[in-house]
Amino acid sequence: MRKVYLDHSAATPLLPAVKEAMLPFLGDSFGNPLSLHDWGDPAREAVEQAREQVAALLGAGSPDEVIFTSSGTESNNFAIKGLASALQSKGKHIIISAIEHFSVMNSARSLEKMGFQLTLVPVDKDGLVNPEDIRQNLRDGTILVSVMHANGEVGAIQPIKEISAITRERKVLLHTDAVATCGNLPIDVTDLGVDSLSLAGNQFYGPKGGAALWVKKGVRIIPLLDGGIQEGGRRAGTEDVAAIVGLGKAAEIAAGDIVGRMNKLIPMRDSLIKGLTTQIGHVILTGHPQKRLPGHASFCVEFIEGESMLMLLNSQGIAVSSGSSCTSRALKASHVLIAMGYNHEIAQGSLLFTLGIENSADDVDYVLESMPSIVDRLRQMSPLYSKYIKTNKGGLSNAGL
Amino acid sequence: MPVYSDKVMDHFMHPRNVGEIENPDGVGEVGNPVCGDMMTFYIKVKDNKLADVKFKTFGCGAAIAVSSMVSEMAMGKTLEEAQKITPEMVANELEGLPKQKFHCSNLGAQALNKAIDDYLIKQGMLKADESKCCPFCNHEEEEGSNSICAPCHVNVKKEEKA
Repeated sequence: MRKVYLDHSAATPLLPAVKEAMLPFLGDSFGNPLSLHDWGDPAREAVEQAREQVAALLGAGSPDEVIFTSSGTESNNFAIKGLASALQSKGKHIIISAIEHFSVMNSARSLEKMGFQLTLVPVDKDGLVNPEDIRQNLRDGTILVSVMHANGEVGAIQPIKEISAITRERKVLLHTDAVATCGNLPIDVTDLGVDSLSLAGNQFYGPKGGAALWVKKGVRIIPLLDGGIQEGGRRAGTEDVAAIVGLGKAAEIAAGDIVGRMNKLIPMRDSLIKGLTTQIGHVILTGHPQKRLPGHASFCVEFIEGESMLMLLNSQGIAVSSGSSCTSRALKASHVLIAMGYNHEIAQGSLLFTLGIENSADDVDYVLESMPSIVDRLRQMSPLYSKYIKTNKGGLSNAGL
Repeated sequence: MPVYSDKVMDHFMHPRNVGEIENPDGVGEVGNPVCGDMMTFYIKVKDNKLADVKFKTFGCGAAIAVSSMVSEMAMGKTLEEAQKITPEMVANELEGLPKQKFHCSNLGAQALNKAIDDYLIKQGMLKADESKCCPFCNHEEEEGSNSICAPCHVNVKKEEKA
């Protein structure tokens, strides 16, 4: 059976060159970067080289601004909790968007329980934050704003530059979760105007476990992990050298190929979007049609549920993901789709295709061949669809959009 | 390890008794798109036995497999026998369900029961009785309970707030 992997927002395959770069550090080069002998030296040098590679990908002023972590989740926890803790004598108000990843959202919620105040700014039906909403919610005591660079679920790219113009004017820190974008879109931290930025290698053909937080020079951050002097004392714990080396190599390759990747992914993305929304009725593209991640095509298919579509696609060798309640362990519909104004019924039909550089136009054609019969099969089984056919009620006609 | 048993996958990939019955003797609809699963069961009764059972389901793989299994378990049974089908029995027949999906199996038995109730009400054998239910499965909330719907393992109050 043909196998088509279209779940790159969950994990990307490791590039062979990345794996090659990592292997020595899973073998003979096992030394601890802190050790001052012949075993420690190559490990330390490799970690510092990776730091330069990541800094270069971000256009960072200095490699020292890059702190290696274990995941995008850790980076976001570190940024939200660490920056807020450092500034709590100045104020306790934090603003985030309503569609942040749970690692930002729940970090901010944890701070709220500890006495911070939290404001969630809304998004429009395309999943975009209006920078003016940020401006209007800034107040005395606002210390931190966090808006993701792009949403991994609906692909919408946020107006970070416009938001940073506001936060800089008001001298409030701005964090951006760039896990979905870093390595997939050109990023220049100076141009974006942010104060900190999260990234994860497993989103751009690097290993899981290799991630980083970039923090602008001069911005104070309180460590999450106390201990030794690794990462300049900001993130204690013996470094995962192989993962860090893999992240660095993936960053170096991405930096040299980012436009090429986009040029490959965008036409495939657009033909998938065009094909699914025209060949099948009642399929809604979620997220902004143009301001979206290069390989990202997300939909709500009306009258049916995401997990059952996912399972039938898997039975035909196609890997995708969904934001339906049933797919989530928490059994709750996607907070992103709800924030965009979709009702629960529509949100249950969420389906997410994320293309990667190893995909081809044939893969897209295969999806377009497979999807209509899968959708039809589930609709024939759906009480919502038979109600719609009989009464012309349901679906988007009562979706509140 | 796959999330679902082979039996669940079999019923999901090849669901039995999908559809509607024209002029059914009873219809039972349960569920709520908030949780993601909705089921409608249709029954035809002859000589106090379920002569035909059909269903339509909106939901995850487990919900579809559960509906299919319930329809198969109920077919040909007397109403009394069919009313005794419990979520646990359905889950056992399916060789287990993931813990967080267990509420789906309750929906199946509940939808069938509701269809039987509908039939009994129409026959004048049962009083129409509006039950106060968990928003997910329509299971009657026990008085003085800690607002956890027992078959669903769902915290009703918390979920309602969300």
